[in-house]
Amino acid sequence: MTTTDTDPQTDGAAAPRPAPDTAPSAGVPVVEMQGISITFGAVRALDQVSLRLFPGEVHALMGENGAGKSTMIKALTGVYTIDSGRIVVGGEQVEFGTPAASQAAGISTVYQEVNLVTNLTVAENMMLGREPRRFGGINTRAMNRKAGETLQRLGLDVDPASVLGDHPIAVQQLVAIARAVDVEARVLILDEPTSSLDADEVAKLFEVMRTLRDDGVAIVFVSHFLDQIYEISDRMTILRNGRLVEERMVSETSQLELVKLMIGRELEALEQIDREVAATDSADTGAPVMKVLGLSRKGSLETTDLELHEGEVVGLAGLLGSGRTELARLLFGADTADTGEVQFRSERRRLRSPRHAIDRKVAFSSEDRKAEGVIGDLTVADNMLLALQASRGWLRPIPQSTRTTLVQEYIEKLDIRPADPQALMRNLSGGNQQKVLLARWLITQPEVLILDEPTRGIDIGAKAQIQATVADLARQGLSVVFISAELEEVLRLSDRLVVMRDRRKIAERRNDGLSVSDVLEIIAGEARQDQEAHPRD
Amino acid sequence: MSTATLPTTGPSAWDRVRSYTPSSKYYPVLATTALFIGMFGIGSLRFEGFGDPQVFLSLLLDNSFLIVLAVGMTFVILTGGIDLSVGSVVALSTMIAAKTLEMGWSPYLAIVAVLAAGTLLGLLMGLLIHYFDIQPFIATLAGMFLARGLCYIISIEAIPIRDQTFSDWAFKTVNLPGGYYIGYTSVIALLTVAVAVWVLARTRFGRTVYAIGGSESSALLMGLKVASTKVGVYVISGFCAALGGLLFALYTLSGYSLNAVGMELDAIAAVVIGGTLLTGGRGLVIGSLVGVLVLGIIQTFISFDGTLSSWWTRIVIGLLVLVFVVIQRVATRRQS
Repeated sequence: MTTTDTDPQTDGAAAPRPAPDTAPSAGVPVVEMQGISITFGAVRALDQVSLRLFPGEVHALMGENGAGKSTMIKALTGVYTIDSGRIVVGGEQVEFGTPAASQAAGISTVYQEVNLVTNLTVAENMMLGREPRRFGGINTRAMNRKAGETLQRLGLDVDPASVLGDHPIAVQQLVAIARAVDVEARVLILDEPTSSLDADEVAKLFEVMRTLRDDGVAIVFVSHFLDQIYEISDRMTILRNGRLVEERMVSETSQLELVKLMIGRELEALEQIDREVAATDSADTGAPVMKVLGLSRKGSLETTDLELHEGEVVGLAGLLGSGRTELARLLFGADTADTGEVQFRSERRRLRSPRHAIDRKVAFSSEDRKAEGVIGDLTVADNMLLALQASRGWLRPIPQSTRTTLVQEYIEKLDIRPADPQALMRNLSGGNQQKVLLARWLITQPEVLILDEPTRGIDIGAKAQIQATVADLARQGLSVVFISAELEEVLRLSDRLVVMRDRRKIAERRNDGLSVSDVLEIIAGEARQDQEAHPRD
Repeated sequence: MSTATLPTTGPSAWDRVRSYTPSSKYYPVLATTALFIGMFGIGSLRFEGFGDPQVFLSLLLDNSFLIVLAVGMTFVILTGGIDLSVGSVVALSTMIAAKTLEMGWSPYLAIVAVLAAGTLLGLLMGLLIHYFDIQPFIATLAGMFLARGLCYIISIEAIPIRDQTFSDWAFKTVNLPGGYYIGYTSVIALLTVAVAVWVLARTRFGRTVYAIGGSESSALLMGLKVASTKVGVYVISGFCAALGGLLFALYTLSGYSLNAVGMELDAIAAVVIGGTLLTGGRGLVIGSLVGVLVLGIIQTFISFDGTLSSWWTRIVIGLLVLVFVVIQRVATRRQS
């Protein structure tokens, strides 16, 4: 399906919206991107994609990872230069050579990773580049006051004079949004702004977005949370594999339809995986492969026991900061435990470095794939073979023929795209990078696989493939520790569920028909009282 | 402040002074200042005449060129870069000054020539670093060899400076109350520091320097003028190196190719001891000033002692740099 005439839908859809604003101002887009193409090396990131942004509308840019959303945004913000196509802003054709030029044209962006500088103050981060000046110098007091006003308008209780790095990521993200709001932009681009926010903060953000929308700002919203898309967006443009699929009104598209449009014909595959995964839930568990006794580390985990059986998927559920990641790092020896030991089959020992764990066939995929996994300047093949080479020692190189077969095998098995072993890792989308990391550890043929947030920030298609791979591996006898912030996902995959809270294990359940609300109740048990005693700061 | 003396409501001025806690960004500078005061105190107790304020003023005089170099270096290091060329540029500056004066140029014209040469070299290195994405270490290493080589093209021998205006400047002093005095060169150095403090704290350029040191890619995405700022810091460093060279020429009243060998490392050491992070984004020009004074007082210490070899200066500087780098590492690790 390609774009045909969508204008008739536009008019029809504006009416049923509950929003107070009227139909988009005479249907004149504030930004029009036409036939945009961008190529990186041999990878065609965007192919003849068009996008129209109307004032007073929230426009969702939809698509899987690697569909070209981020590239599209960076083309609009002047980070990338376009190979062909044109950008029209307010009726004038423009060429943005730098982000500054794009900002000057009223296009303001908040990126997925907080792109601020942590060594400066909150106010400076908001105002840098357009500080109020007096006598030729920056007027710090006026800057702090102005920043404070904006923060207050957004309902943020942050001292503008404090250093940004002292605040948690969520606050930094909101400050980034405050910066974008403060420029009085015509177009505000929010690329995955909600991935590090909790429900309250998301609600706050949406409030701000609605206010801005009603003021006539065109907002581009990118999110992997379909519910959020449906809650806030008016119109959406769907991309797939660097091509435009369709522009639609949100109110006229069901979620199922949207998913179909996003992933194309792969939907049936997804459903099939679902059935397969469900089938493994009842699989029998074997002998313990790994046993943890009284593991603890000051400041990160209280004494915890854990058993891991052959062919079993143990899900770690809990809120952010509940100790999920900390436990995983201790299991792998990435952090050294203060007390306790880890028993592999019959051998007991304390893990003092990841090397000990790797030697015992434990593999760990970190939650922070950008910093702790991906080496962007190496090829896919090099990234994949890294762990195997490390475990063999540098003196025993892997024969070229083995390299080729292994890499080819896993590229096919995990459906890594582009299917080019020599592609540079940084040119791959997040989902595909994650698959390469998974392949890196699978190549070492581990017995225990620890996956910390393997599906964070990646799209439905890749997510389903990773889930299916995990389920498949467990069927073959691999033991998996699976960590994810998405409870549905944890529940779908796990045979057994370990619930963490306040840096300790608070419950362990067999996953026989547990529902998300069951788990939430376990977590909420004491948490609710806790929260009342110490409200979030 | 004047209204706070009323004993009516709120905390008194004294309360406010007492409860004042400096922002954490001043800690390194305070630590270095404490170190300097401590060394000055110990020196005063051990040696007669060490505590004379004139000793302190001589520190400024003897190190005026290093102060100026350290100021320029601070800009560069704050962006996360490094400038290895400054020592050679000092030598080149003394040579250009001496040669042009020997050829009968007006001293003012000579000064313009020196400053232009240093600034131009800085500009070239900056452009290389930013637009060709060359490591600052390599680009400025090339600049270092280039500048040193140019010295030999001008002359292999030392050239004395006999210009009357130059010697006047070299020996003229500003008298301070109490019979103390301070050299012109020290005044220029302190003025440079003052201007740099203002630029870094109060201008967009200065704040962009910090932003680039914090995260260059973020600074770019925030729409800041990364290119001109990155080139700008090397221009400033080049200018400061040339100015430092002029002060050095006034100090020695000669030009010589082997002047200031390794002085770039002294400047880097002073900046580090002054609390500026080598990774960029954190640090103050005042710290670099105090850093230079710490280096200077070690030398004063050794000359007062009379029995220690001058190489002890190097050993102490080495230890200090090591200690400061480790402290910084620990401090930043705790923050992250």
